[in-house]
Amino acid sequence: MSEGTALVETREMRPAAESRPFIEHSLVQLTLVRFREFWREPEAVFWVFVFPILLTTGLGIAFRNRPADVVRVGAVGPQLAGALRGNKSLAVETLDRAAGEQALRAGRIVLLAVTGADGAVTYRYDDTNPEGRNAKLLVDRTVQHAAGAHDPVAASDDFVREPGSRYIDFLVPGLLGMNLMGSGIWGLGFAIVDARRKKLLKRLIASPMPRSQYLLSFLLARLVMLYIEVAALIGFGAWVFGVPVRGNLFELALLCLLSSLSFSALGLLIASRVQTIEGASGLMNFVMLPMWIFSGVFFSADRFPNALQPFVRALPLTAVIDALRAHILRGVSLSQLGPQLAIISGWLVVCFFTALKLFRWR
Amino acid sequence: MPASPSRPPVCVHGLRKAYSDVVAVDGLDLDVRAGECFGLLGPNGAGKTTTIEICEGLTAQDAGTVELLGLRWETDASELRQRLGVQLQETQLSEKLTVDETLRLFRSFYRQGPSVSEVIAMVQLEEKRNSRVGGLSGGQKQRLAMACALVGDPDLLFLDEPTTGLDPQARRQVWDLIERFKGEGRNVILTTHYMDEAERLCDRVAVMDHGKIIALGTPRELIASIGAEHMVEFSVAEGSSLVDLAALERLDGVRVARCENGGYAMQVSELHRAVAALFDELAGRRIPLTELRTHSATLEDVFVSLTGRHLRDE
Ligand SMILES: Nc1ncnc2c1ncn2[C@@H]1O[C@H](COP(=O)(O)OP(=O)(O)OP(=O)(O)O)[C@@H](O)[C@H]1O
Ligand SMILES: [Mg+2]
Repeated sequence: MSEGTALVETREMRPAAESRPFIEHSLVQLTLVRFREFWREPEAVFWVFVFPILLTTGLGIAFRNRPADVVRVGAVGPQLAGALRGNKSLAVETLDRAAGEQALRAGRIVLLAVTGADGAVTYRYDDTNPEGRNAKLLVDRTVQHAAGAHDPVAASDDFVREPGSRYIDFLVPGLLGMNLMGSGIWGLGFAIVDARRKKLLKRLIASPMPRSQYLLSFLLARLVMLYIEVAALIGFGAWVFGVPVRGNLFELALLCLLSSLSFSALGLLIASRVQTIEGASGLMNFVMLPMWIFSGVFFSADRFPNALQPFVRALPLTAVIDALRAHILRGVSLSQLGPQLAIISGWLVVCFFTALKLFRWR
Repeated sequence: MPASPSRPPVCVHGLRKAYSDVVAVDGLDLDVRAGECFGLLGPNGAGKTTTIEICEGLTAQDAGTVELLGLRWETDASELRQRLGVQLQETQLSEKLTVDETLRLFRSFYRQGPSVSEVIAMVQLEEKRNSRVGGLSGGQKQRLAMACALVGDPDLLFLDEPTTGLDPQARRQVWDLIERFKGEGRNVILTTHYMDEAERLCDRVAVMDHGKIIALGTPRELIASIGAEHMVEFSVAEGSSLVDLAALERLDGVRVARCENGGYAMQVSELHRAVAALFDELAGRRIPLTELRTHSATLEDVFVSLTGRHLRDE
């Protein structure tokens, strides 16, 4: 009888898996590792939490709503200039003809008004420039009124500067979508590829770790982080810029969850085989770049030509941002966002199952 | 299910693994006896890692069978993973976790085993318990990797080059650890390039080359098999005439002579007679001796005599 055999037998007498404290369960431990690795990586924290808020602040300030800009125009002759100064929307310079031409070419004024010998007024401006056309309308109207013209129909202005229709309102859901995409794809992709490169994945599967729990730990961690991200960005937008949230918060949470899962699945797919960090970041940028450009983060995706629309609409980020904007700004409920939800779920299912098929632990 | 008393804990038969450009393991048979520390010794690319990773269930073999502790990968994978301790050649554990967190993670995968504190004490990392893995020295990282292998209280421990790249002191600490584990009567399979490591730790050694086992036995048996207990290496002054190898081999007590690194090496059975004969020979030919070294034969010499090459090309 050898010692080794004896050992095998004593093992049989040891108690089987004891019930262990919650914290010692492998899924809990794996999920804790995800958090620890994230919080101990200052760059990741910056990109996920700080950067979107900085970007919102920067763009919110740059595009804040100001009273309509005054239009700079030039007038040749003191009489014409006097007439134009009656309009508060115009900043009028009195110039001679040559100086006026010069200022026009330099872009210091957008329109030069000249009175001819016969008393007729000529407007010199670039008609392809919207500001020029706008100036022409304002100046002409002022000139005609000064000469005694009257509007046949009485009209008055009622300005709309409601929260919900400003650029910042448009921007916040866009940035939120972009952030969900970035943290889903980077969060999963880099961590997995890095573990594969370091042969840590191989070491883990040599242990009895349940493999599905490894994946699940990423999703659980994402779930928690996701709500911190969303709350930080939406909260910041609401607090600093008064961006409204008109949709139901529970539905918003569901929408963000679905979106984040979909991007995580895409991240998993990207990371399923890549061996190096360089390879992973190249592939991720390749996947994300079209969405940064086409999905309407900073301006409406409707601006792209019709021929491109089927492609633009099929991108997951377009669907996510569309749904977020409709829900947050207009309070559209999820039940009315069927097409967007279908696209997001489609990406989720296809990416997830393809990733499971392709995935390599080493 | 438990191994019958006569069944060795490791039985590997006819193992073969080919990659596109090379046959990494070529018809390998191995039996490791109960309570044994078994060494796989061989140069780079001999197929040690491939063999051990097939045994660990990480690589699928092309042919052959592996039976560990009476279990097979095809049918008992999860039971095997519970009972094997594994340390891979090149794993980098997550640098941002602490020693304690890393071991807690690995401990959570096993149904039973020592507590995290016990394992930390076993590998003497108490002082580093709350330090990040990224800040550990090479030797400490290696001991942590061992701790991860020990945390499930394994019956069979696989160590792939446990001391490569470590300084002598760190190597000795790892050796102590392996000896302690061995002392508990458990099975260890380790690979190494270092003959002194194999001689010190292993009950039996298989010398591998090109995917095959070319010699198998206790370190003593292997050294005895070359029939020479001593090695003599010498150099002569530059510019002096070449020493004739055939003449050297005719000397009293010399078995084999070779040219090596600009000098000469001889396997010798009786050191005192051979050295005296060598002095006479060189003096007779007026060749000045510049360097003379002798040492007892080692597994390295076994390898050289079997293959004509050194284990490590340095
Ligand atoms: N994944 C792989 N793909 C292709 N060839 C491989 C692969 N793994 C190993 N090999 C080849 O198989 C042979 C044996 O490699 P192996 O890693 O088993 O050697 P080793 O004895 O462990 O060497 P070392 O001492 O350098 O660790 C080598 O020629 C190696 O190039
Ligand atoms: Mg190796």
